[in-house]
Amino acid sequence: MNTDRPIRLQTENVGVFYGSKDAVRNVNVSFRSNTVNALIGPSGCGKTTFLRAINRMHELTPNTRVTGKIMLDGQDVYGSDVDPVDVRRRIGMVFQKPNPFPTMSIYDNVVAGLRLAGEKSKVKLDETVERSLRGAALWDEVKDRLKAVGSSLSGGQQQRLCIARALAVEPEILLMDEPTSALDPQSTQRIEDLMESLKQQTTIIIVTHNMQQASRVSDTTSFFLIGDLVEHGATEAVFQTPKDERTEAYITGRFG
Amino acid sequence: MVTRASQNIQVGISKTLSPARRAQNALAMVLVALGTLLVLVPLFLILKDLFVKGFSSLNLQFFTQSQSEITFLGSAGGFLNAIVGSVMMLAVALVIGVIIGIGTAIFLTEYREHRLVPSVRLMGDVLTGMPAIVVGLVIYGLVVRGLGFGYSGIAGGLSLGLIMIPVIVRATEEVLKLVPQTLREAGLALGLPRWKVIMNIVLPTARSGIITGVILAVARVSGEAAPLIFTAFGNSFLTWDPTQKMSGLPLAVYRSAFEPSEAAVARAWSGALVLVLAILVASLVARFAARKR
Amino acid sequence: MKATIPQPRRGSGSRADARFQAVIVALASIVLVTALAYSVVLLLNGASAFGREGLGFVFGSNWDPANGHFQAFPFIAGTFFTAIGALVIAVPLALAASLFIAEYAPDWLANPVAYLIELLAAIPSVVYGLWGIFVLIPATLPFQKWLASSLGWSAPIGPGLFSAMLLLAVMIIPFIAAISRDVIKLVPNDQREAAFALGATKWEVIRYAVLPYARAGILGGVILGLGRAIGETLAVTMVIGNANRFPQNLLSPTATMSSIIASNFGEASSPEFVSSLIGIGFVLLVVALVVNFLARIVIARLTPQGTV
Ligand SMILES: Nc1ncnc2c1ncn2[C@@H]1O[C@H](COP(=O)(O)OP(=O)(O)OP(=O)(O)O)[C@@H](O)[C@H]1O
Ligand SMILES: [Mg+2]
Repeated sequence: MNTDRPIRLQTENVGVFYGSKDAVRNVNVSFRSNTVNALIGPSGCGKTTFLRAINRMHELTPNTRVTGKIMLDGQDVYGSDVDPVDVRRRIGMVFQKPNPFPTMSIYDNVVAGLRLAGEKSKVKLDETVERSLRGAALWDEVKDRLKAVGSSLSGGQQQRLCIARALAVEPEILLMDEPTSALDPQSTQRIEDLMESLKQQTTIIIVTHNMQQASRVSDTTSFFLIGDLVEHGATEAVFQTPKDERTEAYITGRFG
Repeated sequence: MVTRASQNIQVGISKTLSPARRAQNALAMVLVALGTLLVLVPLFLILKDLFVKGFSSLNLQFFTQSQSEITFLGSAGGFLNAIVGSVMMLAVALVIGVIIGIGTAIFLTEYREHRLVPSVRLMGDVLTGMPAIVVGLVIYGLVVRGLGFGYSGIAGGLSLGLIMIPVIVRATEEVLKLVPQTLREAGLALGLPRWKVIMNIVLPTARSGIITGVILAVARVSGEAAPLIFTAFGNSFLTWDPTQKMSGLPLAVYRSAFEPSEAAVARAWSGALVLVLAILVASLVARFAARKR
Repeated sequence: MKATIPQPRRGSGSRADARFQAVIVALASIVLVTALAYSVVLLLNGASAFGREGLGFVFGSNWDPANGHFQAFPFIAGTFFTAIGALVIAVPLALAASLFIAEYAPDWLANPVAYLIELLAAIPSVVYGLWGIFVLIPATLPFQKWLASSLGWSAPIGPGLFSAMLLLAVMIIPFIAAISRDVIKLVPNDQREAAFALGATKWEVIRYAVLPYARAGILGGVILGLGRAIGETLAVTMVIGNANRFPQNLLSPTATMSSIIASNFGEASSPEFVSSLIGIGFVLLVVALVVNFLARIVIARLTPQGTV
């Protein structure tokens, strides 16, 4: 599993709570630089919760709590001197449903993160738009209508726009929560194809319900069950020789 | 849910449709239609009188002269002083209403976790039911007399602004609630600070709805005369100075209605017509703003 | 990768966030304290009225500015008379109109009617007052005279309790109708269908399925309408006659709290007079607050689970 690559993100005894209820318990896992990492598990097992704890989105829900450490390049993102806004800037996120900003054009959507952070240079912005849209494999389809509103695109295009928007701020980690579950097979295919090239620039953690997708796109797979990380390892190993019988049961479709 | 209605029915009715039930049903329908008609009749009468009496004495003078220019030699003067006063006081009110109203709505929707949210919401509702005359008296006690500013357009605008606040809060809160949560999250996930997400993503998304709410709030307070009695007081001379006594359209209508001059009463009708037309145009604009996005 | 983007200074986002939040909280705090501030200002400015008259200010009936007597009970009573009278006229009509819009009329008719009623709500109070003086009162005067002579009352002059009730009713109908219509529209359709399926007539559906469901909301709307009527000023001031005493009968001139304040304010020469008017304003504020809280409690308490 690409053990030559440096570890980018590492969690130590991470627990994630809603009020007093622990949705995720005691997770120890590490993700290496420039890899695609799949999180799988039955509905409600805590995948989204864990993902949102990584970029500190979880704390936006009232009465929630995260314990343990999440180390990004050796620094705890929950450290007392760390600004959550910085964390989210370094760890991008793509959501289950495409959510382009409805009042902004395609162009403005892509540069929203940069521009609102104060970037004014037109050259730099133009450059970013092209680079990010190419990175999201959308450039050719929209290059002639960058001024059109983002919501005029198809669902699959919108999701790639959202990926471009996330890429534009050059995140070190890109979190994707079931990014293709609201899309048709063709759009899904395009986004899966994207992953391979995206991992050249960033490290991806993707939640998916689709076993084929996980095995196709990911380098590692983590299997969650009712808040516990049951198994984590190279995708091939997890799918072909799972160590835990619950993992095997799940990936062979016996539950979940 | 279904069963509750069913039980009620079974208590109330028998199996066959008796002539009595048939008659009762018809009677109810007639009464409902009649009641609706009775509601609409005064509306038609008011509009008819307003247009007939209002238009018959509406002329250019109405817009170019002030009430002070009334002479015994035929000139009835106009309402220029009141129109200018209304515009200026509404401008003051707009500033107050928009800043405090939208700010409070942002607080209620974007900072839901804040412990003061329930109390602010309750007090906002309480203000909605506050009689306008009370607000006028408060500004009188606080500003006109308390701080010794005397009657002024600013005091008038202040009272109208306070009346606008709960209206704008409510309208803005409704539209901010409609902004999907996932847009806020998308903004935050880009590493944007919360305030930029609110100002650059949430508010623009809700813009047309907020504008509609603000226009309707202005329309609503533009007809308020009661608070002006204690704050702007009225002034039959034209003034552009908001530190002076000022008139407003509804206040001028009120005062003119009691003047012992037919010309003054006719002018009051014209003023009422212009006021209603302005409010109608504003509501149409607001509807239009709400529709297009 | 990381080096290509200038990292913002640590915490700059959060500091700006804290400042923004402070501004927003400050603005919201204005709303939070406004109602209390209103009460305090009116109480301070009207305190001397309570000081001079004590409880007599609220319960006494001697209002005689020329001789320095300021007892406001007739106006408190007048406020309730006019408001209740207006409700008695307005509620059945408003209910009929809301049922018409929500239950009986097809869309092509219901929408324009709803719009017209909204229009009625948009007309300013002073315009109603103007219409009241110059159209409604002359139009109803023959009826008032006939009523007075048949009941042996003194001859009516036109402005008075009756005219105020009538005009006020016209003004609060759209308010109550709008709330009732919204509440009725929120009644789930399966309630209606369940009743229809049992062979109920249209009226029986309304009577047994719709109205019980919407009851709390409608009652809440009626109480809010009462609050409106109590605070309504100019239209009432213009048609009630503003006499400083109890009405002798339904047709005689009297005054409400708000009308006596608005009509006497210009003439209030002495500080005692002014503070008495502001004191009445304080009573009006308290009454309006109580009525509004009552409406909210009624809506909260009577609402069946799973409805508005
Ligand atoms: N806001 C919340 N408050 C309380 N509990 C929550 C909240 N959100 C999620 N949960 C609970 O936390 C647990 C994990 O939820 P989570 O959304 O992370 O699951 P998931 O693995 O992403 O499921 P899915 O595959 O359906 O998206 C569930 O039991 C869920 O009910
Ligand atoms: Mg999920």
